[in-house]
Amino acid sequence: MTGKTAIVGDGDSIMVFKAAGVDTFPAEDEKKAKEVLRRIAKDYQIIFLTENLSAPLEEFLKRFDETAYPVVLSIPTKNGSTGYGIQSLKNAMERALGVDILFHKN
Amino acid sequence: MARLNVNPTRMELKKLKARLSTAVRGHKLLKDKSDEMVRRFTVIIRRAKTLREEVEAGLSEILRQFSIARSVTPSYLAETAFAMPSVAVKAECETESIMGVDVPKVKLLGERKSDGLPYAFSEITGEADYSVSMVSKLLPTMVALAETEKAVRMLADEIERNKRRVNALEYVMIPQLQETIKYIKDKLDENERAAVVRLMKVKAKN
Repeated sequence: MTGKTAIVGDGDSIMVFKAAGVDTFPAEDEKKAKEVLRRIAKDYQIIFLTENLSAPLEEFLKRFDETAYPVVLSIPTKNGSTGYGIQSLKNAMERALGVDILFHKN
Repeated sequence: MARLNVNPTRMELKKLKARLSTAVRGHKLLKDKSDEMVRRFTVIIRRAKTLREEVEAGLSEILRQFSIARSVTPSYLAETAFAMPSVAVKAECETESIMGVDVPKVKLLGERKSDGLPYAFSEITGEADYSVSMVSKLLPTMVALAETEKAVRMLADEIERNKRRVNALEYVMIPQLQETIKYIKDKLDENERAAVVRLMKVKAKN
């Protein structure tokens, strides 16, 4: 199966991806992002979402974890990483193992 | 532990014993599955962590460069320069089964040209060229991270569910069955003793 990639985020952070051939969908706030995600979830297999949008939409994004596709990945914005990505990895690990075996030094 | 509400008969005892042996076997299997899933999970989460660090570092740098490019270029110029991509990202999407969980397996198709710029060099500053080519280079890593993080989340869910099943068997189902079996056995023994005593009494009268 051939899949398409998309990125959802605010204008500046995603423009560079457009040049690299990723389809871009501007969304200035989480409400808009939710709407866009609903619309494109069926057509795109890989969706990048900027952290400022994925953090408030955490609950909404859980529904995409039921099946293998689409894959939603949160990426840092132009303002730098907020550590949300690492934090969500940590949460998943604590949920599965009950202990933190990787990030305890930070 | 509460025992099950059943009649203390030999029939029930037989049924319960069969259920108990199934439950014990199921518990062992699920526990083994859980152990193996945890092992796989630790491998995957380690990979996710390295990839995540790589992507975050790369992307922060790219976006910083790009915002410099944006700030020195008028926005209408920037928008026209970036509006038409010269390359399209295609990905081969498969699924892979890790311990019965279908996780995504993505492969980017085709060699990516590192200089696949959609505009002429004269249009925009060098920072933009740099960030676009870096994004192209970083995309395979980002896709790998997307796939790995998804696998992490899906496996974490599955491990949690599996743990719940193991615990339900270990702490509810099996003790309940054992207790009920013991109760029925006691009851049957008691009946037998009562029968013997009754016979002895009857015999003593004659």
